[in-house]
Parts: sequence; C-alpha cells; structure tokens
Amino acid sequence: MKRESIYGLMAEFETPDQVLEAARRTHAAGYRRIDAFTPIPVEGLAEAVGFDWTALPALVFVGGLLGGLSGFGMCWYANVISFPMNIGGKPYNSWPSFIPITFELTILGAALTAVFGMLALNGLPTPYHPTFNVERFELASTDRFFLCVKSKDKQFDLAQTKAFLESLKPHGVFEIEN
Amino acid sequence: MSSVDTAQVRIGRAQKRALALGVVGFLVAVILGWTASQKAGAVAWQAFVQSYIFAYVFWVAIPLGCLAILMLHHLTGGWWGLPIRRILEAGSRTLLLMGVLFIPILAGLSRLYSWARPEVVKDDVLLQHKLWYLTTRFFTLRAVIYFAIWVILASFLNRWSAEQDRTGDRRFKDRMEALAGPGLVLWGLTVTGAAIDWVMSLDPHWYSTIYGMIFMVIGCLAAMSFSVVVLSRLSDSEPLMDCVQPKRFLDIGNLMLAFVMLWTYMSFSQFLIIWSGNLRSEIPWYQQRVFGKWAPIAVTLLVLHFFVPFLLLLQRGVKRRLHVLSRVAGLLLVLTLVDIYWLLVPSYETLAPQFRLLDIFAVMGIGGVWLAAFLGQLKKLPLLPLHDPRFEGVLEHGHGD
Repeated sequence: MKRESIYGLMAEFETPDQVLEAARRTHAAGYRRIDAFTPIPVEGLAEAVGFDWTALPALVFVGGLLGGLSGFGMCWYANVISFPMNIGGKPYNSWPSFIPITFELTILGAALTAVFGMLALNGLPTPYHPTFNVERFELASTDRFFLCVKSKDKQFDLAQTKAFLESLKPHGVFEIEN
Repeated sequence: MSSVDTAQVRIGRAQKRALALGVVGFLVAVILGWTASQKAGAVAWQAFVQSYIFAYVFWVAIPLGCLAILMLHHLTGGWWGLPIRRILEAGSRTLLLMGVLFIPILAGLSRLYSWARPEVVKDDVLLQHKLWYLTTRFFTLRAVIYFAIWVILASFLNRWSAEQDRTGDRRFKDRMEALAGPGLVLWGLTVTGAAIDWVMSLDPHWYSTIYGMIFMVIGCLAAMSFSVVVLSRLSDSEPLMDCVQPKRFLDIGNLMLAFVMLWTYMSFSQFLIIWSGNLRSEIPWYQQRVFGKWAPIAVTLLVLHFFVPFLLLLQRGVKRRLHVLSRVAGLLLVLTLVDIYWLLVPSYETLAPQFRLLDIFAVMGIGGVWLAAFLGQLKKLPLLPLHDPRFEGVLEHGHGD
C-alpha cells in the first residue's frame, strides 16, 4: 500500500461555532475527505463535514431481520421437526407462541449488529493513528476543536490547502505526518 | 404580523367547514337512525346508538390522548412539545364537549348493553353476579366522575399555561409539572374504567385485564397522529414556520413509532394470553374477530396498523419530512378508526361487518362538531407557547435539544 508522507492538515479552533463554520466553508470549497474532532458533540458538525450517509441503519435492519428469522426458525424446528408435542390440542406449528422468541431475537440481532457494526465501520479498535503525531491533538479530548483535511482528497495540495485553512482563522494549522 | 392572521383566518375557515359537516352528519345520522327504527322487529334507535358509540369512542380517544401527551411532556420536557403543545391543549379543552356528547349513550344504555336489559339478566346467572357494578345508575355516576377528572385536569393545565404565556412566570411550569405526575396516574385509572364500562361491557361475559392499556395507547397514538396532521396543515404559517425544522420531527416520529409498537405489543399480548388459555369464556371474542367475515379486517390491522407504519417510521427520511410524516399519521388515524370498529362492532354485528351508512354519518357528525370545537379552541391562543422556560432559547438558536 502506497503511503503519502503527509496524512493531512489539521486546523485547531477554540469554539464549537468556529469549527462548525470552518467545516461548512471547507466542504463548500470542494474538499470531501475532511474530518472533525471535538471534545463534546457539536450539533450539525456531522452534516457539515459531509457525513450524510452510513450503512449502519441498513446493517442493523438486516441484523434484526436475521435475528427474528432465526428465532422463529428455531421455534418452528423444535416444535414441528425435532420434537413435536401435543400441547393443549394445538397444532405443532402454533405460530403465536413463537412470536415472543422471534421478537426477543430480533432485538438481540439488531442490538449486537448496532454495537459491533458501529465498531467495525469506525475501524475500531485502532491502536495507531497518524493524527496522534500532532502534539496538540490531545487537546481534542479537553477543550479544543480540530478540523482535518486528508491528503487523500483530490483537491489536496500542501501549500494551497494550508493557505486555505489559514484563511479560516484557526488557532494554528499543523501538518500530520504519516 | 399579517401572516399570523393568515393562520387564524385559515383555522376559522376550516372551523366553519367542520361545523357544517358535523351538522349535516348528525342530521343524516338521525334520519337514518329513525328509518332503521321503523323496520319490523327493530328496537327503536338501537342502530343509531350502536353507530354513535363507535364514532364516539374514536373521537373521544383523541382529546384523551391529547391530555395524556400534554402531561407526559410536562413531566419529561423536550423540544418536541413546542410545536404541538397548543394543539394538545386545544384538544384537551374539548373534553367538556365530549361529556355533553356522551348523553345519547346514557339515554340508549338498554339498547347498547345487554346488562341493562332486565329480560336478559333474568336468565343469566353470570350477569346477575356482575349487577352490583353494571347498573344504569352506577354506570352514569362513573361516567360523570371520569369526565369531571378529565375536565378538571385539562382546565388547570390550560389555565396555568395561559397564565405562563402572559406573565412568563416560572412558577407555573413547576405547578404544571407537579400536577402532571398524579394527573397521569388518575388518567390511567379513569381511562381503564371508561374502556371497561363503555366498550368491554358491550360483551359483559368477556373480560381482559389489558383492555384499559390498549385504549390508553389508542388514545395516545391517535392524539400524536392528529397533532402531526394539524401541524403539517399549519406549518407554512407564522409563527410555526420558525420551529418547523426537519430534525425537530425526529422525536415526534420516534414517539409515533413507539406508540405503534406499544399498540402491537398490547394487542398481541391480549391475543396470545387468550389464545394460549383457550377458555370458553374468553376465546369466542377472538373467534368472532379473527375468523370468518371479520378476518379481513384483522389482517388489515396487522398489515396497515403495524407492519407498514413500523417500517416507514424506522426511516429517518420519513420522520424528518413533516409532509411525509403527516401522511403516515393520516394512515394511522384511519387505521385507529378501523381498529375501534373491529373492537366494538363485532359485539353486535356478530357474524359479519355490515358497513352501515349510519356508521359513516355518525363518525362525520361527531367528528365535525368535535373538530369545529377543537379549531375554535386552537384559534384562541398564539400557536406557540413562547414564554415556557423549557423552550427558552430554542427558537433563537435553532438547535435546542
């Protein structure tokens, strides 16, 4: 895998509103491979960096569906094929009694998919990440707000992008080494 | 300011139309009821009160749900209450009118309920044991108590809310919060009582302990759906326009989803328990409703009252767009009507649904009158409660939580 020597550029901001505005302008300037790092949730920031689609809801739906089908299938197999028993004269395939299990396993399937799907899609756990090379980046978990433009971006040009980020009046702009 | 007038003018116009519909509906229903009474062997006015109670239960569910969601919001807070608060309040103020509209049911008790017919009770030992509770006088007394509690709760909440809007005093918020807790408990008890008295006793032999819960959920879902429909009709006018933002409706859509699931949960639990028990005293109620000519309605409910709205409301795209959400809400309102038809009407049209014209005109009559009263109440106050401390800053910044 080819690795650029520069992962990207990181701009540091002091308030949520600044980073939100900067993210909007960066996105409007045509940059797409951008990311933001904040110590608190900033409403609207995900949309501002162009994060408008995730596969997670679809995955969770499929997970729930599979859970429900396996729950129903299990009940059906046990009661109809594996160990048919006459209970109160009801037919072996008494579907109403399978519904609670089907429901529970739907929830289980959806919940497990949500947790592990979220981790997988985020690429977690990640023991090493280039952003750690920026010394001030640890402030992202206390009181500073960061906006990152990755070098993978088609429009990325070290000098030009740096000048553009400087024009957003950040507290500082740092190069991220790979 | 002229656009504020537009909303009021529009409500006024809709109010006149609703009233006209209501009066026509009532007149036609009475004529049809009278004609039905003239048929050989018919009990005078029986068909009329049977259609009337079906329509009544549907229309009383909405203001009752409004009252509950209003109290729920006072307890939990959240910006989702901001755009619908006035709608819920106006709905709760129509409960006195619903009390007046209950009189035809009281007048027709013996035509509706077999326990009110001495000639039936004479030969029915089981009913004789229930007679301490199911008497005309006690039934009436209980109805009066239910309505008194609902009207008193609604009037306190509305008075304080109006005062708060006028003065901006924080004390009113605390008062409303303090009343909402015990109020919801009282609401739950009285709605359970009303569901048992008015609806369950149509089949006086049958009983189900979850029945009150089912009607609570029906009310909340109907009120939520109704609010969304009203909101989308008014959303392009001031001052609602400012607070009608896509992300604001996620919570309302999620609440609708929760009520749809709760409805399914309650309805299915009742079915599962009675189906498992398979007892002669309970199972006929379902046999009537899920086999034979009533079966298509049961299937319709399962598909259109659960699967379709459930799958639609799972999607953010649906919940974030008010006009799409309001379509789903409209569907749910119609299906709530179907649900109430399916719960009530098989008690007297035992073999097959008759789909009487009378039913339609009764729904139109009570609905028109109720809607006119609701819109009249809605007109009285500004459409947003701007001085509630809970909503402070929400409109200015546009990203309240």
